[in-house]
Amino acid sequence: MNVNVALIDDVSPETQLIASEAGPAPKRIVVGYGFWIFLLSDIVMFAALFAAYAVLAHATAGGPSGAQLFNQVSVAIETGCLLASSYTCGLMSLAVGSQRRFRTYLAAVVTFALGGAFLTFELREFAGMIAAGATPQRSAFLSAFFTLVGCHGLHVTVGLIWLAVMMAQIAVKGFRATVERRLLCFALFWHALDIIWVWLFTVIYLMGVIS
Amino acid sequence: MSLLGKLTWSAVPIDQPIIMVTVAGMVIVILAVLAWITAKGYWPYLWREWITSVDHKRIGVMYLVLALVMLLRGFADAIMMRTQQAVAAGGAQGYLPPEHFDQIFSAHGTIMIFFVAMPLVIGLMNFVIPLQLGVRDVAFPTMNSISFWLTASGVLLVNVSLAIGEFAKTGWVAYPPLSELQFSPGVGVDYYLWSLQISGAGTLMTGVNFVTTILKMRAPGMSYMRMPVFCWTALASNLLIVAAFPVLTATFAMLLLDRYLGFHFFTVDGGGNAMMYVNLFWVWGHPEVYILILPAFGIFSEVSATFSGKPLFGYRSMVGATMAICVLSYTVWLHHFFTMGASASVNAFFGVASMIIAVPTGVKIYNWLFTMYGGRVRFEVPVLWTMGFMVSFVFGGLTGVLLALPPVDWQVHNSLFLVAHFHHVIIPGVLFGVMAGYNYWFPKAFGFKLEPRWGAASFWCWFIGFHLAFMPLYVVGLMGMTRRLQHYDVLSWQPWLLVAEGGAVVIFAGIICQIMQLVTSIRHREQLRDTTGDPWNGRTLEWATASPPPAWNYAVLPQVSSIDAYWLRKQRALTHQAQPAQEREYTPIEVPKNSAAGFSIAFFAVMSGFALIWHIWWMAGIGVLGIFLTILVFAFREEEEIKIPAEEIAAFDRAHQAEVAV
Repeated sequence: MNVNVALIDDVSPETQLIASEAGPAPKRIVVGYGFWIFLLSDIVMFAALFAAYAVLAHATAGGPSGAQLFNQVSVAIETGCLLASSYTCGLMSLAVGSQRRFRTYLAAVVTFALGGAFLTFELREFAGMIAAGATPQRSAFLSAFFTLVGCHGLHVTVGLIWLAVMMAQIAVKGFRATVERRLLCFALFWHALDIIWVWLFTVIYLMGVIS
Repeated sequence: MSLLGKLTWSAVPIDQPIIMVTVAGMVIVILAVLAWITAKGYWPYLWREWITSVDHKRIGVMYLVLALVMLLRGFADAIMMRTQQAVAAGGAQGYLPPEHFDQIFSAHGTIMIFFVAMPLVIGLMNFVIPLQLGVRDVAFPTMNSISFWLTASGVLLVNVSLAIGEFAKTGWVAYPPLSELQFSPGVGVDYYLWSLQISGAGTLMTGVNFVTTILKMRAPGMSYMRMPVFCWTALASNLLIVAAFPVLTATFAMLLLDRYLGFHFFTVDGGGNAMMYVNLFWVWGHPEVYILILPAFGIFSEVSATFSGKPLFGYRSMVGATMAICVLSYTVWLHHFFTMGASASVNAFFGVASMIIAVPTGVKIYNWLFTMYGGRVRFEVPVLWTMGFMVSFVFGGLTGVLLALPPVDWQVHNSLFLVAHFHHVIIPGVLFGVMAGYNYWFPKAFGFKLEPRWGAASFWCWFIGFHLAFMPLYVVGLMGMTRRLQHYDVLSWQPWLLVAEGGAVVIFAGIICQIMQLVTSIRHREQLRDTTGDPWNGRTLEWATASPPPAWNYAVLPQVSSIDAYWLRKQRALTHQAQPAQEREYTPIEVPKNSAAGFSIAFFAVMSGFALIWHIWWMAGIGVLGIFLTILVFAFREEEEIKIPAEEIAAFDRAHQAEVAV
């Protein structure tokens, strides 16, 4: 929410009359908008993977099904970590908005730790399944499962690297406009990963256990 | 495990004389060009002004050069196929062995769609869109450079496949199970997948960039309904890129996982579903058709309005039709495989949806006709291409409506009738559009017009050659000839295929004329020079600035109060005779600094792609690391923009009265 409020504040009074005639938008809006468009494209890519998963969800080829494999407790904790990291990421955006270095670092460290915990749970789940013979090579269902969940995990990994680089940028460059814009994009990215995870949790883990 | 993965000397096809002679020719040409650049000492200039440039105009020109070079490669493939089919009748086997013929038709389709049509269209959008919007650059200039260089990476990999290894033998769509490891164990499909993954990433960035540019960066006063139609069509096209290319990326990623790690997305065993690939491929593939054709429609709109001296007829309906096509293009993908075995109601739905698209397209045709009706049409070269398009495309579209009927499609599915149809819409649609745009905007890019006689000759060769080459294919298609035949037994097909071969030769003459047009135009550039910046009496803002435009495009951003903003300004200047030129206040302009990031990322992307194709895992790792480090260096650079002093802008403005008139 804080992000949206900040965006509206950027618009000067006369441009609010007819927004489409206002001339080129300020850089902050252009960057945020462009990143939104990218996120939409990323969601389309996930949509294709979701479609593949939906088609192949029952193609277990005699192998284990989701109901036999998924551990709901572990997934629930994992989900909690990711959702909490989104909250701390929001706190980080607030700290960036008021240009408070220590609070930014603190929120970033907690976000990083929660994201790292999420990944650890996910990798443990993968390792357990592979040890039990439920590898992605076993069936089309498992191929689709590992690809969809793994693609999200890959995004989280990229997010963690990005977050680390951004902290280095604050340390070296301080809160200058380019750094703040990149942090805005990072926050959008991190929240979008949450949205995708909510779908993923529903479609794979909840629906998988029900059926 | 060898250090070089699967790569050995046997990867070079020295036993194939046709390939080796081609490769030798290509290497000699490349070496000659490089030697010439070195001898002339052009490297610093090239590096500074082109390779590291983030100027949308330079990037646009580079896209067009890349695409025109690849057009020669794609056409060489085409005429080889035509020649093979012209001679390989009865017991004759022709001169191309099946495994080579299969690579040629796969490479032809891949190159023509991804590395000719796409860069032609994207190149023109790059050059024109910011100028038409009256702004100084695209939203993300460095990302634009990365987009271009990733496209060039894909081009490089496809061409490397000629010399080292092989290309896919699966057709340009690479359907599984044929494209799975089990049936295509070679590196051909990997070349196809990695080159398209890399260039696809670039295309996606282009889409993000242009959607943002068009929606968020327009000159003051340019509301949506005051945008030139080309901007609208480009917006639709880029929205489609953003929504379609990620599907292709995901689909290819799944096929790559199947091939590299033994997954079971599309395999025949393990529960895989090959038809899922076909569905996903065309969820991208059908919008792709409109990604290419919509900007061409925009060009025809600009050309027909400018050269008729009239505003475009039905601007609002044109915008509506464009956006309708944009949405409808997602509802028709299944018509590419009616024979899949879906139920009659599913096929009927997609058949009806496909036919509905003909409605907004028809609206456009009538709009162009009514634009020209009653106008004083100047038959310059861009108008020739436009009229050729209108005559020919209507018939190509009608055969499309025929194919949209599932029962008809079942009869001619996978035949040369289909091949004739899609060439009938893509060549007169996309290619003629791009040629109209090339002739139309060339003087804006270089400050002199293209020579019209060679241009007209080129048009007539293409127009006649196209019909000679493809009308016979409808006939043999109806006679039952399927596509991709290396040889055939039915002798009654051969006369038609000989005519098609003749058509290909006439098209070749058209290409020669185009090269001659460029050469003679450069040679006679002083006679063809345009100093006004407005050689065609244009209507839109790009004609309001100097030709070629300065790095900053506009010294002062133009104020827009209507559609056809520049035309209105010229009319006002005529009625309010000779207003004293206002003394303008110049302020320094910040332009983005050059960046080698695009070139560097492309270098490492080629390295990674090549390494992944040949299973050289350490090298792939170095490539990925290189890309990451490049991004890091870029992110930490200190200076991001260069300030151009007001005096320099004022001096340029005084030298180019054209822009002062704005």
